[in-house]
Amino acid sequence: MRRLPQAWRRLPEAWRRPLAVTGGIMALAWVVIALAAPLLAPHDPLAQDLPRLAGPGPGHWFGTDQLGRDILSRVVYGARVSLPLTLLLVALSVLIGGLLGAIAGYFGRWADEAIMRLADLVFAFPTIILAMVVAAALGPSLGNAVLAVLVVAWASYARVSRGLVLAVRGQEYVLSGRLLGFSTWRSLRVDVLPNVTGPILVLATLDMGTALLLLSGLSFLGLGAKPPSAEWGAMVASGVEVFDSWWVATFPGLAILTVVLAFNFLGDTLRDALDPRTARAIKERAL
Amino acid sequence: MTFTITELRVTIRGTEILRGVDLDVQKGQVHGVAGESGSGKTMTGLAVLGLLPHGAVASGRVELAGRDLLGLPDKDLGRVRGNEIAMVFQDPATSLHPMLSVGRQLTEHMRSHLGLSRAEARERAAELLAKVRIPGPAEALTRYPHQFSGGMRQRIAIAVALACDPQVLIADEPTTALDVTVQAGILRLLRGLCDELGLAIMLITHDLGVMSAIADEVSVMRSGAVVESGPRDTVLRAPSHPYTRSLLEALP
Amino acid sequence: MSPTSVPSDVTALRDRVRRLRPFAGFLARRVLIAVLLAWGITLVTFVLTNMVPGDPVAANLGQRALGDETIVAQWRAEHGLDKSPPEQYLMHLQALLHGDLGMSQQSHRPVGDDLAEFVPATLELAGVAIVVSLVLGVAFGMIAALRRDRPADHALRMLSLIGISVPTFWLALLAFYVFFYRLQLTPGSGRVDPGLGAPESVTGLHTVDAALAGQWDVFASALGHLILPALVLSLYTIALLTRFTRSAVLEVLGQDHVRAGRAKGLPRRVILRSYVLRSALVPIITVAGLAFGSLLSGTVLVEAIFAWPGIGQYAYKSATTLDLPAIMGVGLVVGIVYLVINLIVDVLYGVIDPRVRLR
Repeated sequence: MRRLPQAWRRLPEAWRRPLAVTGGIMALAWVVIALAAPLLAPHDPLAQDLPRLAGPGPGHWFGTDQLGRDILSRVVYGARVSLPLTLLLVALSVLIGGLLGAIAGYFGRWADEAIMRLADLVFAFPTIILAMVVAAALGPSLGNAVLAVLVVAWASYARVSRGLVLAVRGQEYVLSGRLLGFSTWRSLRVDVLPNVTGPILVLATLDMGTALLLLSGLSFLGLGAKPPSAEWGAMVASGVEVFDSWWVATFPGLAILTVVLAFNFLGDTLRDALDPRTARAIKERAL
Repeated sequence: MTFTITELRVTIRGTEILRGVDLDVQKGQVHGVAGESGSGKTMTGLAVLGLLPHGAVASGRVELAGRDLLGLPDKDLGRVRGNEIAMVFQDPATSLHPMLSVGRQLTEHMRSHLGLSRAEARERAAELLAKVRIPGPAEALTRYPHQFSGGMRQRIAIAVALACDPQVLIADEPTTALDVTVQAGILRLLRGLCDELGLAIMLITHDLGVMSAIADEVSVMRSGAVVESGPRDTVLRAPSHPYTRSLLEALP
Repeated sequence: MSPTSVPSDVTALRDRVRRLRPFAGFLARRVLIAVLLAWGITLVTFVLTNMVPGDPVAANLGQRALGDETIVAQWRAEHGLDKSPPEQYLMHLQALLHGDLGMSQQSHRPVGDDLAEFVPATLELAGVAIVVSLVLGVAFGMIAALRRDRPADHALRMLSLIGISVPTFWLALLAFYVFFYRLQLTPGSGRVDPGLGAPESVTGLHTVDAALAGQWDVFASALGHLILPALVLSLYTIALLTRFTRSAVLEVLGQDHVRAGRAKGLPRRVILRSYVLRSALVPIITVAGLAFGSLLSGTVLVEAIFAWPGIGQYAYKSATTLDLPAIMGVGLVVGIVYLVINLIVDVLYGVIDPRVRLR
């Protein structure tokens, strides 16, 4: 764990690899697209003023959907829906899962048992089925979809952060700190936390992709974004009805693919840059 | 039969690890190779069998019964490995396959090298285990490495190495990972096998005590080259090289 | 100490049993944990489906009936909704023990009958997909590891990263469009051509049932219908297993016993199979078990596109209509499948690694 700072210093070298550069460019591009959507989109994403189901061509490069909306503009505006929600979702999972895992690892005993058995139960369900039930019960809306994914997403962070806390807790410098009479809180904050953040960050990057896939999957099933909203999963779903007009589903799907790919490229790079022991701790739940 | 290493050089990514090693191991003799860690002892053993790590290149001559092993294609070298030259590694806890039975590990190369039938191989395997003094050899064949103690495991590893009647045995720190109490037993076993079977043993060790116990000849290595070589008593009693003297002085 | 000191058969047998006992204990412990988890699953599905703000009455009764209080009250009493939640849970458990999963409010059939119809369809799909994933994933992973840092490795790394990044539902739609609509290489949706009809149900797996009945035209049709959805479903797990196998094999390649095996002069193929792959199998199987869970997730999306009448579709329909008995039934089945997979994985650990099996 102590080698972590050194690993961070090695990062610049790792970032020079093609995979990292591609991932970085794609991620950056999507952030720019999300921020500058009104400037970039040629049309109003909700306006139904174009010919219906027109193939890709001048004026509407990604074609139009069955309501005569410009798909390019909708894909561009979709970034404003999906990216912030994905970030929020992962941030919340990290916070909740990381905290619960740290509590389980640090205090052990019944807290450990209770939290980890709960995590086991979450793992016992295929993620999307559990998320689907929660989303359906709460009622279809994007916010509820985020909550539903949160119900399944926290568990993996709990496992990893528990494992890391357990590993760090046994280290001599932490023990000596406790012998010196530092409080539990201080030892958590000063000795444990900094060693846990690196691996959790890598995991979070890798998890962004998974989170977006789940979120858009729920929207695809009609359990997330509501119809007029330009959400990528819902857009693919609208393409199912008119699957011979391939462009309706293809472009929003490509948007999801490229965002997920960007995060996975970055996460893979980050993982390689970490020392092997941390890498193994993460690998144990690299799903 | 002699086993001769001449001017052996090994380079990994531009760094020369071995800079011209010369060694000569005679039939029926234990040739001790001493030196501190990083001096190239293990690398010499691996280079002989063509088991160097990824990216390492060897040059020079490794001669066994008139053939240069370094020049052999990999397929022919496969017939030398385990058959004419066998190797015993430092830690039997990791060098034996944890998931294969002792019987399987003793017989698989016998069957491929010597062309024995399953029954013949098992019979010979039990004999080998008896030779290295494993109690209940026939029953031991059905068991797995983790069911034996460290000393017993190393005896099994030695039996595996001897299975195809090799002429040369390379033993890389064979007692280092073992308890002090069982070290002497393993060394006695190696010495006995050497005399009985007329083996040429290349014994790699950093422990001069081990060396003085069983070696006939001693070579001392430092930073990838042999600095002193000769009969055990000459080298250990009247060392000519200052490095050998410093090694001896470091002994308790 | 002669090699003939063989213990008598009885002693040998007793010895073997004694050494196997820890593994039996290990398995018994796993089964116990599985049963506890199964109970936990019933509790969680119950809590999830009952404590949430969704109103099953509104979801199941029409607008007119909702206005009529006697109908609402009658409906609630019929479904035990007038009792307290703990009472409801006990009733639910009691019924479960009698094999009664309740009536689906949507299909108006016993949930057990529904599941018996839909589960085999999904198992057939997921079963083919996991076999394909294991074969291809392990093969690709081995190739990548053995060709480390060479073009094949880079290409496979890239492809596997893409594989875990593709939205399954989108891929399913695209595959359907290209292979069915455009190229007409594969049959359309469903499990078998409507003209042929399903084979008589023995196992519920159409391919197996058709083969048992000797209806080879049905078998061919069922197999044809399986291929595309199974491949789409397996892409993610193939990629996952490729990545995992690669790192597991790389770790094993550096281990002592592999080098020792090479020092014995064993043929390369024996080294690869018995030394490298065998040792890497434990982590691979762990991941394959987890991957099966993600396959079940994928079925929800893939079944939607290919109109595959499986548990994923059933789960989706019951979730959107808040069909509580059906949801709980799905939860239970899925949980049990997961537990069985875990148990299989545990047994395989023992089969692969004698250190787990024997003391």
